[in-house]
Amino acid sequence: MSKKVSKEQYEKTLSFRFRQWLDGTKDPYLNEVEMQKQDVHCEGEEETAHRQEVRERRREKIYDLEKNAELRIFKRFYKVFAVAFCCFLVALLLEGVSYLPTFGHAQNPANNEVAQRYIEQGLQETGAVNIVTGMILDYRAFDTLGESHVLFIATCTVLILLRFDKKEQKEQMEADDRTHEPKNDVILQTAARILVPPILLFGIYMILAGHLGPGGGFSGGAVIGAGLILYLNAFGFAKTEQFFTAKTYRVMSFGALACYTVCKSYSFYTGANHIESVIPLGTPGAILSSGLILILNICVGIVVAGTMYTFYCMFRKGGY
Amino acid sequence: MTIFTCILLGFLIVCAIAASLSKSLLNSILIFMSYSLIMSVIWILLESPDLAVTEAAVGAGVTTVLFLVTLKKIHAIMKKEDEEEKHE
Repeated sequence: MSKKVSKEQYEKTLSFRFRQWLDGTKDPYLNEVEMQKQDVHCEGEEETAHRQEVRERRREKIYDLEKNAELRIFKRFYKVFAVAFCCFLVALLLEGVSYLPTFGHAQNPANNEVAQRYIEQGLQETGAVNIVTGMILDYRAFDTLGESHVLFIATCTVLILLRFDKKEQKEQMEADDRTHEPKNDVILQTAARILVPPILLFGIYMILAGHLGPGGGFSGGAVIGAGLILYLNAFGFAKTEQFFTAKTYRVMSFGALACYTVCKSYSFYTGANHIESVIPLGTPGAILSSGLILILNICVGIVVAGTMYTFYCMFRKGGY
Repeated sequence: MTIFTCILLGFLIVCAIAASLSKSLLNSILIFMSYSLIMSVIWILLESPDLAVTEAAVGAGVTTVLFLVTLKKIHAIMKKEDEEEKHE
């Protein structure tokens, strides 16, 4: 509260009455109602004994094979039904497979003109020397967009399942973490000091040169994520939290996904309406070439690296 | 070259079966990791370096680490220390 109001004045305000109504201390028909805390439930010895007896009897009745005919029948036929169901499923799927086009037929969808077009015209149309990148980030960029979002959703699910929000839980987890993980391991730290910079550089190289050679956003991002995990293992959370926190991840993944979506919507819009794209394709082979592919690669790389690192943090500590 | 590929494929099959039949969870994770490693070498032999790098980073690297962390969380690889403590 910014301004101090006397209690009598405060009781006249609307927010106080709303609060009363919300807490249930004031009823529109009964007026003032005094709220009382519920008594702690405690049961006597007799009740406990009775409850356990009932439980025992129930267990006998349910799990004893001689008295429970249903369970007996179920146990007898369970395996038969399982095998029969598997056979049924296999038959159903095989039936589905039989409707697929025959293998190696000339008229198959796999042998249509698309593949030939990708190979022959890919370089001129996308500007990417690496034809795979040209396909997944230009012709099929919409699929890759969905893929990045799937990764993001997976991280969200892991966050929902494994994240600890309460302070006591967090402190507990931190104490657990300290006992479980090796701290100040000289061998690990020396190895990490030598290995982490090349790993991160290699990952960045793979992202940036994804349209020129093997690599690309996904693999480069995975390599960077693995490097970050190694660094975290060697030096602990205190060091990594200086540059990578939950906020960093939020900003990074949101920015990358939004950037990807905007770039790709632009190229879809211009492509679908036969408008000339402003972005030049450049000379194939140069690092700044192939239009939007470089930007898209960087976006995917950021999302993947963040996802890998977040997975590890969540699995290990339940927070950053 | 073909002999090398055949050996690798044999290893792959052995690893796949051993990973699913191994009694110890830690062993099966390590076998699964070597499976990924062999798979990435096979990808290189099949001339798809993109996939090889991804397989090595994700399959052999990150997935294994996640498995190990999970095992540690459920106290599945602390067994030896616990037993030693009991003996003391």
